Amino acid sequence: MKNSGYYSQFGGAYIPEILVPTFDELESAYLAAREDESFWQEYKDLMSTYSCRATPITRLDNLTEQLGGANIYVKREDLNHTGAHKANNVMGQGLLTRRMGKKRVIAETGAGQHGVATATMAAKFGFDCTIYMGAHDVARQRPNVFWMEQMGATVVAVTEGSQTLKDAINEAFRDWVSNMDDTHYVLGTACGPHPFPEMVSWFQSIIGIESREQMLARTGKLPERIYACVGGGSNAMGIFGGFLEDKNVELVGVEAGGRGRGRGQHAARLAYDDATIGVAQGYKTYFLQDNDGQMQDTHSVSAGLDYVGVSPILSHMHETKEVRFEAASDTEVVEAMQRTVRNEGLIPALESSHAFAQAYKEAPDMSSDEDILINMSGRADKDIFTVADAVHDPKWQQFIIDKAEAYRAEMQNG
Amino acid sequence: MANPTTLELAIRKAREKKDILLMTHIVLGYPNFDDSLRVVEDMVKAGVDLMELQIPFSEPMADGPVILKANSEALKAGATVEKSFAAAERINREFDIPFLFMTYYNILFCYGVDEFVSRCKSAGITGCIVPDLPPAEGQQYLDAMHAAEISPVHIFTPKTPESRMRHLSDNSTGMIYCVARKGVTGKDTAFSDDLSQYLQLCRRSTDLPLGVGFGVKSREDIDFLRGKVDIAVVGSETIRVMEQDGVGAVKGFIETLVA
Repeated sequence: MKNSGYYSQFGGAYIPEILVPTFDELESAYLAAREDESFWQEYKDLMSTYSCRATPITRLDNLTEQLGGANIYVKREDLNHTGAHKANNVMGQGLLTRRMGKKRVIAETGAGQHGVATATMAAKFGFDCTIYMGAHDVARQRPNVFWMEQMGATVVAVTEGSQTLKDAINEAFRDWVSNMDDTHYVLGTACGPHPFPEMVSWFQSIIGIESREQMLARTGKLPERIYACVGGGSNAMGIFGGFLEDKNVELVGVEAGGRGRGRGQHAARLAYDDATIGVAQGYKTYFLQDNDGQMQDTHSVSAGLDYVGVSPILSHMHETKEVRFEAASDTEVVEAMQRTVRNEGLIPALESSHAFAQAYKEAPDMSSDEDILINMSGRADKDIFTVADAVHDPKWQQFIIDKAEAYRAEMQNG
Repeated sequence: MANPTTLELAIRKAREKKDILLMTHIVLGYPNFDDSLRVVEDMVKAGVDLMELQIPFSEPMADGPVILKANSEALKAGATVEKSFAAAERINREFDIPFLFMTYYNILFCYGVDEFVSRCKSAGITGCIVPDLPPAEGQQYLDAMHAAEISPVHIFTPKTPESRMRHLSDNSTGMIYCVARKGVTGKDTAFSDDLSQYLQLCRRSTDLPLGVGFGVKSREDIDFLRGKVDIAVVGSETIRVMEQDGVGAVKGFIETLVA
C-alpha cells in the first residue's frame, strides 16, 4: 500500500490490515482502467444504451422569467435509469468488478437510491448482491427496499449505532473484511479510503464533461455559476469535474441546513462551522463529531444528504476556495421543490432541491446575460412517501389509511 | 533493531514461567467504569498476564457485534477519552501486569497524537493497538510512540504477504497481534492446519513475541496455540460471558482457561 490519495491534508486510506491487499488490487484495477481508453468507451456505450446518457439540459423558462435574473439551466441526471446520478458510479464499478473477476457486490445505502442502483447493476451483470441499510432508513424507505428485493438483492437492516448511512458503511466494511476474495464493495459516494473518492469522482465526471459541451453548444459560452447538492459529494464532484480548469465558472456546493446551525440539527460540514477534521470510515475529512471524535447525529429532510462526513476532495476545494459552500434549510428545500414541480413540471429529489433552493436565492441578483446550471441529481417521484410527508398532503394520508384498511381486511379474510 | 521495550521485556519475563500467556480485552466504561475496574481485578487475580483496554469509539469498523455493542453502550453511559485515561491510570497503579490501549485513530487524532502518547506514558500504558492506522498513515504516531518507549503493536492477517509482515514488524515493538482469520472480532475460528501454517509464516517474519486473537475462546483453543505463539488473546468471549452471566462470572471463566 502506498501513502497516496491525499488532497492537501484530506483523504488517505485508514484501513484495517486485512483489507490492504484488497485495496492494492482495487487501486491497480482502477488505474489500469483509467489508462485503457477502451474502458471509458465501454462505459459510455453502456450508459448510452442501458441508461439515458447523454442526459439533456433543460432551460427553466418560467422560473427564469419569474425570478428575473440569470438564465436557469438544469442538467437532467434524474433521467438516468433508476432515477439518479448514482447509476453512473454503479455501472462503472460494475464493469470494474467484472474486470477483477469478482462475483458478488455489496453496498451501503441511506435513502435507498444507491442500493437500488447497485441491485440493478448486479441483476444486469449477474452478481450476487447484499445491501446494508440502517434499520431507521429501511423503515422510512420501504419502496426502495421493495425494488432491491425484487431485483434479487438481500437487504440487511443495520441495527447498530444511529441506524443510518454511516452505520450501513461500517457494516458493509465488516462484510468486506470477511468476503473480499469474491466480493467488491461498491461504495456509493466520493468518500471512504483511497481510491474511492477519486474513482467515484472519475465515473461521475461524465456529468460535467457532457454539461460543458452542452452549455457551449446551447449558449455559446460557459455558465457563470454551477450548483450541486452535497451529501457525500459524488454528484457535485461529477458536474464540477467538467469545469475545474474554467476559473470564471463559480462552483457552489449546497449542503443540508436542516433545522439550522447547531450540532445535531443539520448535516452541513463545510458551510457551517460545527464540523472538525477527523478520521473515520477510512478517510480524513471534516466530520460532525464531538471533541473526543465521536460521530454525532445529523439531521436533514433528505436522507441522501444526512451524513457525518464529506468527500475529502471537496474539503480540499473548500479550503482552496475552489468551491463555495452554502446550506439550504429543510423549509427552503421543500418550497424549492414545490416551486419547481408547479412551474416547470420537473420533480427534483429533496436532495437535488437543495441546489435548486440556493440557485433560486441567488438568480435574481444576477443579470440576464448570465447563466446558471443546476445539477438535478435525482428525481423525487420514487420517493413519494417521503415527499408526501414533507408537503403534508392530507389526501395522500387518507389514501394510505384506506390502503392499510384494505390490506387488513384482506388478511383477516385469510 | 531498537532495545526491547517494557512490553517486550515483560512478555519475555512472563514466558520464562509459562509456555503460553493469556491476554484479555475489555471496553472501558462498559457497562460502567466501576465494573470495568472490577473485571480487571478479577482477571488479574484469575491469572491473566496482560490486558487490552479499549477506549470506546462510535465507529469501531474492525469489531464484531459483541465489542461493537460494548462500544456504543459505553458511550451512551457517558464514557469519554478523559475518563478512560483516568481509569487506565488507576488500573496501572493497582495491578502489576502490562496494559495496552486498543482504539481507533480518530481518538488519537482528535486528542492530538503527541498529547495522546504522552498521556499513555503518564498513565503507565505499555503499548497501543490502532487497527485503522497502517504505518504509512501513522508516522507521527510511530515517532511519538518510539520516543516515549511505548510499543506500537501492528496486526498480521492471513492475507498479509511475508514482505508486508516484515514491514509491519519493522514498525512495531513489544509484540505482534496476529488475527487468526478474516472478518471481525467475535466470530468462530477454525483451529486447523491452515492456521498452523499461517502462524509459522508469522513466526518466520518477526522476532517479536506473537499474540493470536479473533475467535479464541476455550481451553482447547489455547492448547492448540501452545508452542506456536507466545500469547493467546481472548476478547469478545469474556465480554459475552459478562453479558450472559454477569460481571461476577468473568473470574470463573478465566480460571477455566488458565487452569
